[in-house]
Amino acid sequence: MDTEFMRKFLPMYVKAAGLTLRLGAAGILLSLVVGAVCCWVRFAKVPVVRRVAGAYIELARNTPLLVQLFFLYFGLPKVGIKLSAETCAVTGLTFLGGAYMAEALRSGMEAVDPVQNEAGLCLGLTPAQNLRFVILPQALATAIPAIGANAVFLIKETSVFSAVALVDLMYVAKDLIGMYYKTDEALLMLTVAYLALLLPLSIAFSLLERRLRHAGFGRAV
Amino acid sequence: MQDLAVLFKGNNFQRLMGGLGVTLELSLISVALSVVLGLAVGVLMTLKNPVIHALMRLWLETVRIVPQLVLLFLVYFGLAKTFNLQLSGEAAAVIVFTFWGAGEMGDLVRGAITSIPAHQRESAAALGLTKAQSWRYVLLPQAARRLIPQAINLATRMIKTTSLVMLIGVVEVLKVGSQIIDAARYDAPQAAVWIYAVVFFLYFFACWPISLAAGWLEKKWS
Repeated sequence: MDTEFMRKFLPMYVKAAGLTLRLGAAGILLSLVVGAVCCWVRFAKVPVVRRVAGAYIELARNTPLLVQLFFLYFGLPKVGIKLSAETCAVTGLTFLGGAYMAEALRSGMEAVDPVQNEAGLCLGLTPAQNLRFVILPQALATAIPAIGANAVFLIKETSVFSAVALVDLMYVAKDLIGMYYKTDEALLMLTVAYLALLLPLSIAFSLLERRLRHAGFGRAV
Repeated sequence: MQDLAVLFKGNNFQRLMGGLGVTLELSLISVALSVVLGLAVGVLMTLKNPVIHALMRLWLETVRIVPQLVLLFLVYFGLAKTFNLQLSGEAAAVIVFTFWGAGEMGDLVRGAITSIPAHQRESAAALGLTKAQSWRYVLLPQAARRLIPQAINLATRMIKTTSLVMLIGVVEVLKVGSQIIDAARYDAPQAAVWIYAVVFFLYFFACWPISLAAGWLEKKWS
């Protein structure tokens, strides 16, 4: 192992990790928004839109991100829609993630007993209060493990961004291998970089999950 | 729209289907190996032995946290450089997807086994069933109902993830798609949007029926 080499190129990895994290965070937040909207549309049974949301979820969940990105980045410019690589990346990640988040939130909402809703209304809570104080705390507690798994999954998926010429961790590693043939060092740093990004996130979500377990209602789940 | 015609020019369509065949073949081999290994791994994961437990945990966390593309690079480029082990892209793909799939499948198996309440085993024993009988008639049928839908979902994830193998030089459906686009660059400049859309839907129609089956079984058995 050439530690001198590794020290020299560490800043490149740090910068690339910053990009991965920034695009990943944007994708995760937008996915949560898209997921929440889809979930609401399906629960409120908005006609037509509900079907569209359902079709979107099936499409996004059953196709790979790499193909979605190729379509956005290489396909769309040919018909006059030019997006920057970063926009493509975040759009693709949101398209994919929104469907996964919608499913996570739906399973949370479905886990709340309808009696809870009725009891809240009987106690004189307005529907908004009911949602805020009764339904959401329970639904989110159930959905948190899935949301956390999705967040980790989405950050992992960012590793394909190098295919649309974004200088992310994967791109830096590939570049260093190509230029200096320091395969071991480049791959070791790549793996460590992903561990450094994802281990804290994974641990944070399992702690959060433990804290939110109060919604188990009567028994430890 | 007329650029879509490139799809049927020459033997382009057959080539694309051939690429899809490669994709499905790689997925199928990886899924089959993962299921077989995952069943064994899952049983290991339920053991109380602290060493085995720690090792299994480490494995599972590794495949959960390290992106599959990184694993592919480690096996394809890393092994070649360090151990002078020149694997084909396909072999590297099957190794990585099986390593990942067996870990995930093992965890699903563990979850399915531990989700059966202890009283099921106790009741079976109280009714005089032997250990083998209680597995055969009481425990496994319940575990399987929980496991099968989740395992099917894992299979669709594995099919989707095979799209990454084009990045280590395997010529599968996405790669054939870009080859067709490159070859038709001058005759059909808009082919990219159509061909990638076709590849998108090829993946969709490969995975969607499987997802539907998983959802249907889940609903039926819950």
